[in-house]
Amino acid sequence: MDSPAVALTDLVKRYGRTLAINGLTLNAERGAVTAILGPNGAGKTSTVEICEGFRKADGGTVRVLGLDPIRQGAQLKPRVGVMLQSGGVPPAVRAGEWLRLVARFHAHPLDPGALLDRLGLTEHARTPYRRLSGGQQQRLSLAAAVVGRPELVFLDEPTAGLDPQARHACWDVIGELRARGVSTVLTTHHMDEAEKLADKVVIIDRGTVVAEGSPQSLTGAERQLRFRARPGLDLDELLTALPSGSAAKESPSGHYVIEGHVGPELLGTVTAWCATEGVTADDLSVERRTLEDVFLELTGRELR
Amino acid sequence: MTAALDFTPAPGAAPLPRMVLAQAAAEVRAVLRNGEQLLLTLIIPILVLVGFSTIALLEVPGRRIDFVAPGVLALAIMSTAFTGQAIGTGFERRYGVLKRLGATPLSRSGLMLAKTLAVIIVEVLQIVVIAAVALAMGWHPHGNPLWAALLILAGTAAFSGLALLMAGTLRAEATLAAANLVYLVLLGLGGVVVPVTTFPHAVRVIVELLPITALTEGLRAVLTHASGLPVRDLLVLLAWAAVALALASRTFRWE
Repeated sequence: MDSPAVALTDLVKRYGRTLAINGLTLNAERGAVTAILGPNGAGKTSTVEICEGFRKADGGTVRVLGLDPIRQGAQLKPRVGVMLQSGGVPPAVRAGEWLRLVARFHAHPLDPGALLDRLGLTEHARTPYRRLSGGQQQRLSLAAAVVGRPELVFLDEPTAGLDPQARHACWDVIGELRARGVSTVLTTHHMDEAEKLADKVVIIDRGTVVAEGSPQSLTGAERQLRFRARPGLDLDELLTALPSGSAAKESPSGHYVIEGHVGPELLGTVTAWCATEGVTADDLSVERRTLEDVFLELTGRELR
Repeated sequence: MTAALDFTPAPGAAPLPRMVLAQAAAEVRAVLRNGEQLLLTLIIPILVLVGFSTIALLEVPGRRIDFVAPGVLALAIMSTAFTGQAIGTGFERRYGVLKRLGATPLSRSGLMLAKTLAVIIVEVLQIVVIAAVALAMGWHPHGNPLWAALLILAGTAAFSGLALLMAGTLRAEATLAAANLVYLVLLGLGGVVVPVTTFPHAVRVIVELLPITALTEGLRAVLTHASGLPVRDLLVLLAWAAVALALASRTFRWE
């Protein structure tokens, strides 16, 4: 009965002649973590900023917690936490002051001091924003997004530029939000982040959804066999020995990937074949496809 | 040991007065902490006050301090409501602060209310300090303080409108340069220290339509000559306020 956290239907957004979002349809469920993945310029930030009410869609419908983010923005804003991709804080304001200010805008905020502590910012509470490191600035922005105890948070690249410790601290907060029933919509470039955190991954490219589902359903049940050996093995010959439906490729040079029904039989065939070729297969491993494999397959390898 | 944090949703906006007061307090703190802003809002006006009332650079009508003090009050109002606010808001737009605040429960009108309140608080501080220095130098203000307050409010509205018009349309760096230039030009032309009676008639007619001149002349009429409400000056200020605020509300870009 609850409307989804976010429901976008046939969304269109143009900037001048550029079509940034081209008929995008997306649902983010309540209480779940939804990760929007996509190459640079795919339309991630535009999509999120339309949901936040910063931009007006040129077509389609937008519902956030069942409301129109522009016409019903006043109703929506107290219920939604926002972390912009960068900036948004006056350079001279002290970290603690900023968080206390945002807390003052809400009826039942979290304790700003405890939240600073949680994100490792207590000793920087009196540091002006411009003197914080990039990672500290990101953490302060995350704190400001959650301090008002929202039902839904939008995090635009929350872990960009964070060191591993800070990334894990950020992931912990997102995990805890989820445990408390808060819905999260985040954008990211990090596949491991999406794989680890998200209940649902939506891959977008050129302003439209190219794949969506749980990380498991996207990476599939299919597994792959990887090994290293000298470059230039004759894979066509290997394939004749493998069950039909298998695929083999060398990428990059000297790194081999066999996809198909990877079981003991296939493993045995490959190692036997290597033995007859007189090569040793190093670092032999059986893995699932990663989200990164799926992502590159769908969005291509060229740089944007 | 970290304190327990309960992320369970409990959304809700704070009451509007609390939001507005919190934002206004933050803005006042920002002004008082900013060295360049203090230079503009307090130090330059006081230097002008002390300098021009002790050194006989120019011929002025009546006692020097009685002529200069109202002009410096007008200058101080302009420095806060126009120059400081234009530069501050321009950079807030540039740094995405206005955008970020737009995602909080504080509405746009609440933010404008907070900015107005912050400007008035800073102006009160300026008036207290400048009046204290002027009184110590032998200033004898006359007239109805209510008329002076009315002129200052109308002047604040006019200068705020112009500040927001500039900050909401130009790039932050352009606003910084233009706002300082306008401050200097109006300091010279607006009758703050140079009596407009020394200008040729044709120039004077135009200069008297400037908001700074209307505020200076109006305050001087009340505080120095104990006149009734200077209606013409008040109308000039209200006209500037109406036009500038209407234009600003149509053209202001938050990002």
